[in-house]
Amino acid sequence: MRGTLSDRAGAALLMAPLLLFLILAYAWPFLGVVKWSFTLPTPGLGQYHALLTDELVQSVFIRTLRIAAIVTLVSVTAAYAITVVWVRGSPVQRVLAEFCILVPFWISVLTRAFGWVALLSNRGLINTWLQSIGFISEPLTLVRNEFGVIVGMSHFLIPFAVFPLASAMRSLDERVLLAARGLGSSRMRTFWTVFVPMTRSGIIGSAMITFVFSLGFFVTPAILGGGRSVMIAELIYLRIFQSPDWGLGAAISFVLVVFVGALMALLFRYVKPKQLV
Amino acid sequence: MPTYRPGPVSLLLAVLVALFLLMPLLAVIPVSLTPSRMLTMPTGELSLRHYRSLIEDPRWLESILLSIRIGIVSSILSTVLALTFSLGVWMFQPRFTAALVGFVLLPMVVPPVVSAVTLYFLLTSVSGLTSFFGYDTWLGVAMAHSVMTVPFATVLILVSLSQLDRRIDLAARGLGAGVWERATRVIMPNIKFGIVTAALLSFVLSWEEIGVTLFITSVNAITLPRLMWMGLRDNIDPAIAALSVILIVITVLVLAVRSVITRQKASP
Repeated sequence: MRGTLSDRAGAALLMAPLLLFLILAYAWPFLGVVKWSFTLPTPGLGQYHALLTDELVQSVFIRTLRIAAIVTLVSVTAAYAITVVWVRGSPVQRVLAEFCILVPFWISVLTRAFGWVALLSNRGLINTWLQSIGFISEPLTLVRNEFGVIVGMSHFLIPFAVFPLASAMRSLDERVLLAARGLGSSRMRTFWTVFVPMTRSGIIGSAMITFVFSLGFFVTPAILGGGRSVMIAELIYLRIFQSPDWGLGAAISFVLVVFVGALMALLFRYVKPKQLV
Repeated sequence: MPTYRPGPVSLLLAVLVALFLLMPLLAVIPVSLTPSRMLTMPTGELSLRHYRSLIEDPRWLESILLSIRIGIVSSILSTVLALTFSLGVWMFQPRFTAALVGFVLLPMVVPPVVSAVTLYFLLTSVSGLTSFFGYDTWLGVAMAHSVMTVPFATVLILVSLSQLDRRIDLAARGLGAGVWERATRVIMPNIKFGIVTAALLSFVLSWEEIGVTLFITSVNAITLPRLMWMGLRDNIDPAIAALSVILIVITVLVLAVRSVITRQKASP
């Protein structure tokens, strides 16, 4: 018999490579970043003091929270509308809805942000069309502002918001819906008083995922915001590469991780991880 | 038996959302055909010059080849690490499994920008040691991409292991197979599909990775998304539109083939 390895040694041998890899390439450098936040440029809590007093940093935090809240509301509402058809529609409707959800999901964030630039920029599709029918004479400013950022981020996050909702809608008992209809409740009333409350865990999960993702968003705001509506992630990038102020960049990163961690802990008190996929 | 179907209002709203989702993907098509050197809508005449520049401009070709090389190396690394780890979890069910899996999934949950700062710290720290591994090297990028993709590969392999019947492994063990034989001759052939999917997903995620790549490259390791980013930030190059059209067409084709295959599997 060749099985001479004890169970414990076998487990250790198999699991060690990945654990070592992530300790060396992820956990250790993360601690290094945390150290930066306390030591650069001078040792102490100076960077965290700056976080609480610097007006620019605070305005970026507030803008990030505001944009994340709006994007969450838009994404979850839109995702709900298309998920209803994906889960409950006729077979043809389901295929079409799935196509519209999965194609954007698999296309890279850069291509999708670029698509919005092509649509919304001054010489883009929408402005060219509105000018050609004589509706406007000057192009509307649709990108390089908060509007463009919100549109682009919502577009990116809708497919992610769909999955927890779909999981909740699939698991609910159809007979309850049919009973409500059979007892004479209208479509609208059945939807609002029976269907929506029964998908509550999906709505919470979907909103949390969208909100957490929005907080750390980098690419879409950087492209569609055009440097004018900077969010936290872009501020970190600017602090590290443009103003070199590594300490402040590191401190913002650490605060962001702690905040997201707290949100995730809150999320898992209400929703089981399995309900999110 | 009657079923609960969405009504006309639901359908109308869903159509609006579907249009919103597809609109930016369709908008790049006319832009890619513009004869102008700037990002404009074509007026009248159409041109394929931006598609031609993708082939003729060596920068595009170089970065495509670099992205493929980085994708393959990081996908192999991610898949091997995720596979050995998952086999350890499944075969031995050690204590603290939940905590260990949670640790492995961290790069998936932590905001990408924080992972990017972390990997920037790592690669600039080791840059002094060697010239071929560190900040702005292709091996450094491949390793960083592995950190980001390994949680996804692990999830996929753990899911396919969870659907495997433990009794076949018990039978192999009872018949005297060692750990190596159980893993390679009994378990792995049964989760082939999961392993291949994990490798493909790792490749795709590396191929389109931009958030971390931006932090760890400057002039040497210019991957395709990095080159697109440069073209998007300064003077927008319509070649990006042509490239986007090609990437969108590939995605649609792959998804179509996949849905045909799964449909055939479902109805023998």
